[in-house]
Amino acid sequence: MMKNEHVLHVEDLYLYFVTKKGIVQAVDGVSFSLPRNSATVILGESGCGKSSLARAILRLLPRNVHTYTGKIALDGQNVMALDEDTFRDQIRWVRISMVPQAAMNALNPVLRVGDQVAEPAMVHLGVTKEEGWEMARRMFRYVGVPEGFLNRYPFELSGGMRQRVAIAMALVTSPSLIILDEPTSALDVLTQANIMNTLKRIKQETGTSYILITHDIATSSDLAEYVAVMYAGQIVEMNNAANFFSQPLHPYSQKLMASVPRLHGKQTLEFIPGRPPSLLSPPSGCRFASRCPLRFDKCDQDPPTFHLNGSIVKCWLYEHEGTLTTPASETIQPEE
Amino acid sequence: MTLTDPAPVTTHIAPGEPLLSVRDLRVWFELRRFGLGVAGYVRAVDDVSFDLYEGEAIAIVGESGCGKSSLMRTILGLNRPREGRIIFDGRDISRFTREELRWYRTRVGYVQQDPYGALPPFMTVRSILEEPLIVAGVKNRQARIERIRKAMQEVKMTPVDDFLGKFPHQLSGGQQQRIVIARAILLEPRLLVADEPVSMLDASVRVEILTLLRQLQQDHRLSVIYITHDLSTVRYFSERIFVMYAGKIVEKGPVDEILERPKHPYTWALLAATPEPDPRNAHMFREVPPGEPPSLITPPPGCRFHPRCAKIIQGVCEVKVPPEKEVTPNHLVQCWLYDPDVSPDPPDM
Repeated sequence: MMKNEHVLHVEDLYLYFVTKKGIVQAVDGVSFSLPRNSATVILGESGCGKSSLARAILRLLPRNVHTYTGKIALDGQNVMALDEDTFRDQIRWVRISMVPQAAMNALNPVLRVGDQVAEPAMVHLGVTKEEGWEMARRMFRYVGVPEGFLNRYPFELSGGMRQRVAIAMALVTSPSLIILDEPTSALDVLTQANIMNTLKRIKQETGTSYILITHDIATSSDLAEYVAVMYAGQIVEMNNAANFFSQPLHPYSQKLMASVPRLHGKQTLEFIPGRPPSLLSPPSGCRFASRCPLRFDKCDQDPPTFHLNGSIVKCWLYEHEGTLTTPASETIQPEE
Repeated sequence: MTLTDPAPVTTHIAPGEPLLSVRDLRVWFELRRFGLGVAGYVRAVDDVSFDLYEGEAIAIVGESGCGKSSLMRTILGLNRPREGRIIFDGRDISRFTREELRWYRTRVGYVQQDPYGALPPFMTVRSILEEPLIVAGVKNRQARIERIRKAMQEVKMTPVDDFLGKFPHQLSGGQQQRIVIARAILLEPRLLVADEPVSMLDASVRVEILTLLRQLQQDHRLSVIYITHDLSTVRYFSERIFVMYAGKIVEKGPVDEILERPKHPYTWALLAATPEPDPRNAHMFREVPPGEPPSLITPPPGCRFHPRCAKIIQGVCEVKVPPEKEVTPNHLVQCWLYDPDVSPDPPDM
């Protein structure tokens, strides 16, 4: 039963924005499922729609939304059917929370960090201030911030400590899913390794699931069990980490992997010539075709999503190997 | 020498002599207390020496707050050193007059970290690139345009005319960084200082920019100081690595030596924390030294890494500052583990 298998199931999600220049198709027909207590990385370049996808899941939408449709099921419950008040009361920060991009710089400079971590619990769980502080204290222990720091202001903490505080804010309500948007991008490598260790430990101990949004492939492997690659508003590949990091399927994924600098070995780095298409008027065929080294005639048509050994890939190269039907399990099996 | 002259290629240095030579450099910042004068110093750079040769690229690697930016700003002539010398092309830049500094700044290019922040938002690409030429005294308008075109072609912003009238916000991150690089090489400098030039960019664009910088460096025999906290990119862009910790260069050596046979425990920690795309990473925890880098106002005595070091030799590391030892040719390390009198059996990573 899906309810037990998946924490999140997204189907045909669309999110378009109205701008002066036209309609931006930021999220364009995205479908995926997340197994419970797993970590899924959404990889993509800036402007590919990955942050919009996160906002669509949390329904944190700006005013210029044009289209917002699709199905989002959390623990089997269709949350798209809920009205805004119910969604805020029952879902946002209660069952799905988020560590937004550059969260460490988004803390309120004039409030003690303890108050800021206690606040989501007071607002969403209705606890008293004392209970909220007690919960914040527990969260600080979890994420590795000394308890004495509860009384400090953000400017009294280092970048890594502030990032931990932002993670504590997302954790305090014990959500079943946490969306992490570039959680380590501004941090030093030792701090980054520390935060990644903390996230892994929290996942083991609390059974929560993660969506990690990033463009940093090497760092994402520290957490990833599944990888979804986004390009121009669409998911072009979803795979388990073992397959993805050794043999990515989509030509775009392959090119991305070839652009990752390595500490050891002598391989030359490649980059992808050209730029992603505009999301105002994406091409009608495959959106990567104009930059793809393996392009052929068929690429003028929009490729469907092919299923192949439990992976999903949106590329005509897999027309004969893959199937169009959804396999019974509907999810990617982790490698044994 | 007048600034209106085209950049002279003549040099004061003999073959085999370094282009830039930093000796016993200390950059300290005063901490002032109101009415009480100087209360202490932030020792951002403390006793740093190195040579940079013509056409060579070096990488300075370290965490934020280790002093790498202060070192860079001092080399650019923006900070005055407290002690020590910086010899560029046979002349000590800390004794430069205003006029000499203006000349020096035509010889040194600077590539900033955040391209969007480094480009004035209200100026077009053309006026951004024209300004350094005007400051350097290129009076002829036509000559200025020619040099702008040439620089734009070198950074592969073609067709040039499509970009000249654009404002920074109309360019992608990669294009903005190309304009920053074009501005840095416009006056045909001999030394390029690149401060985390790719950290704000996407993975694929990162490679594009690093490739471009490497090509410019080789085409013009530029000397480059590449400042980064990301060890994984240095192999592609430099010949030597300097590892900096708490104001000191703790290890320096050729790229392959440092990456394959690192000696300093801090370098080990940096390498162990640098991820490679490997699915096994998700199933293990990384070893990270405890604590955070020390305060530069009251740095720990002895070796500055000793409070976080797993290999500490009690009674030595926390007492005496380690001397620089050459472990293999050109590979120098400041660590007591490699002093035969203190540690007869040096470890490997």
